[in-house]
Amino acid sequence: MLVVLTVIAIVAAGVLASVNAVTAPQIEKINAENLAAGIKQVMCSDDIEVSEPQEVDAFTAYDVKDAAGQVLGKAIVTTENGFGGALKVLVGFNTEGDILGYTVLEHVETPGLGAKADEWFQDKIKGLNPGKSNFTVSKDGGEVDAITASTITSRAFLKAVKNAYDKFYASDATSDNAQQPAGEADKKAEEADVLSASDMGTPEVIE
Amino acid sequence: MDYVLSLILIIITAIFVNNIVLAQFLGICPFLGVSKKVDTASGMGMAVTAVLVVATIVTFLLQKYVLDAFGLEYLQTIAFILVIAALVQMIEMVLKKTMPALYQALGVFLPLITTNCCILGVAILVIQKDYDLLEGVVYALSTGLGFLLAMVLFSGLREQLDLTDVPKSFQGVPIALVTASLLAMAFMGFSGVDGGLKILFGL
Amino acid sequence: MNNLKILVNGIIKENPTFVLLLGMCPTLGTTSSALNGMSMGLATMCVLILSNFIIALIKKLIPDAVRIPAYIVVIASLVTVLQMVIKAYAPDLDKSLGLFIPLIVVNCIILGRAESFAAKNNAVSAIFDGVGIGIGFTLALTSLGALRELFGTGNIFGLPLWDESYGMLMFVLAPGAFLVLGYLIVLFNKITKKA
Repeated sequence: MLVVLTVIAIVAAGVLASVNAVTAPQIEKINAENLAAGIKQVMCSDDIEVSEPQEVDAFTAYDVKDAAGQVLGKAIVTTENGFGGALKVLVGFNTEGDILGYTVLEHVETPGLGAKADEWFQDKIKGLNPGKSNFTVSKDGGEVDAITASTITSRAFLKAVKNAYDKFYASDATSDNAQQPAGEADKKAEEADVLSASDMGTPEVIE
Repeated sequence: MDYVLSLILIIITAIFVNNIVLAQFLGICPFLGVSKKVDTASGMGMAVTAVLVVATIVTFLLQKYVLDAFGLEYLQTIAFILVIAALVQMIEMVLKKTMPALYQALGVFLPLITTNCCILGVAILVIQKDYDLLEGVVYALSTGLGFLLAMVLFSGLREQLDLTDVPKSFQGVPIALVTASLLAMAFMGFSGVDGGLKILFGL
Repeated sequence: MNNLKILVNGIIKENPTFVLLLGMCPTLGTTSSALNGMSMGLATMCVLILSNFIIALIKKLIPDAVRIPAYIVVIASLVTVLQMVIKAYAPDLDKSLGLFIPLIVVNCIILGRAESFAAKNNAVSAIFDGVGIGIGFTLALTSLGALRELFGTGNIFGLPLWDESYGMLMFVLAPGAFLVLGYLIVLFNKITKKA
């Protein structure tokens, strides 16, 4: 009785080990390819050299240079809590902190709606600089139109991008930008937070 | 302090916002199968909660000290389900010997729990969410309580339903599903609460 | 019972979703769109056919006392193989089905068929039973997913049928799953029990 069970378990483990040996490199390859393709997409350039990843707090940043060795900017993986869970975005900035492009890596938003974030903001935020513009949804007084019926997802998305900017570019932005001193920018960000906190309880569907 | 607040957040999220049955669709079989009476439903809920906590501790240690340590992550599913099956058997035997009264109350539910996907689901989720042991246990406990809450509410509704005149083709499971739908809708009122609390707690 | 009968039996008389009411978690959890529902149905069908076949082959070797753990090992291995293959060759599918792939292990349909059919019949019949039940499950999941997608977003398999702004998002979310399944069972009962 025990012998039979042991034999079955050993056969099963053997089969799994061999399948794993075949698929594991493939899985790694796909992940690496996805990341490389994503970075190319968000930097809007095919001919690039990408540095080793740098982990800063919850962010992962890649320094990107073009083929000639000139620095293009950074591609940053940033995460924020959305409607259903984590929303993971890869966003590309040039050296000034202007947004070059983005792609949504992972989300658990409402199927069909949250997924829209991958296209919705493409033409809306490209070229914007989160430090110099009012980088919140129009409902919160910002410059960016939210996805119809998914304000929470939109807020989370913009916050993810803004956080990445604040982490890696904020110190430059305040010196560059005389019209909007840091204090005021912070205050605005806080206001936006309070706003989003106050109606967070409303289910997204009703909005 | 932040750690305590994050634990509170885990509890509230698991019970109300991401209720295991009504939002995540795990453990539907017992939810529909043993929810005709409030007392059996609460018995099942408690049995699941107990098994969830024990199973999460064991699978967490198994993952950290055996699977991760030896690079055997791909055996996760098979190892977890076997451990859970063995664990349920053991809990059944121990209960029978040591606490016959409790066994009388929960015993019949235990064999059913092995194939309850919320046990395996939570065990895998704890690993995926990268919780530490305490967070994992708190998460498992509150998920179990969320299950218990859903079971008790739902069975209460179904007891009332027995007294009403239901159209013939809706009798039994269909009307139960429609009721579950309304209950799930009620729980949607909690959505976003976790985000609000997160800001409130400053996490 | 000939093999064709076994096949049809799985689709209608013993439809796992509408009649046996088994495997409810993936039925509700993965049917937010027609494509997701169908993928889950096909993934489950693969495991079911193979597990039925293997268990029917080795049933004489397994002592009665340890048959359930032995079945679980077989099923769990098949699911893990499937999970690895999906991760390696269909990463998008892995993203949309997520946790529900490893949870095929605890889908009561598979263990149920192993115990009630594969353990008593020969390997060929067991395959037909797997195909039949698998198709029944896939059809149920696809129709549930299609209806939820249609009412929720106005699309079926991503093709727009009417404008998205008429969609009731609730159908894509949790309550819609319970509601649509409830009404589908009513419909199924009406059709099959009268005919």
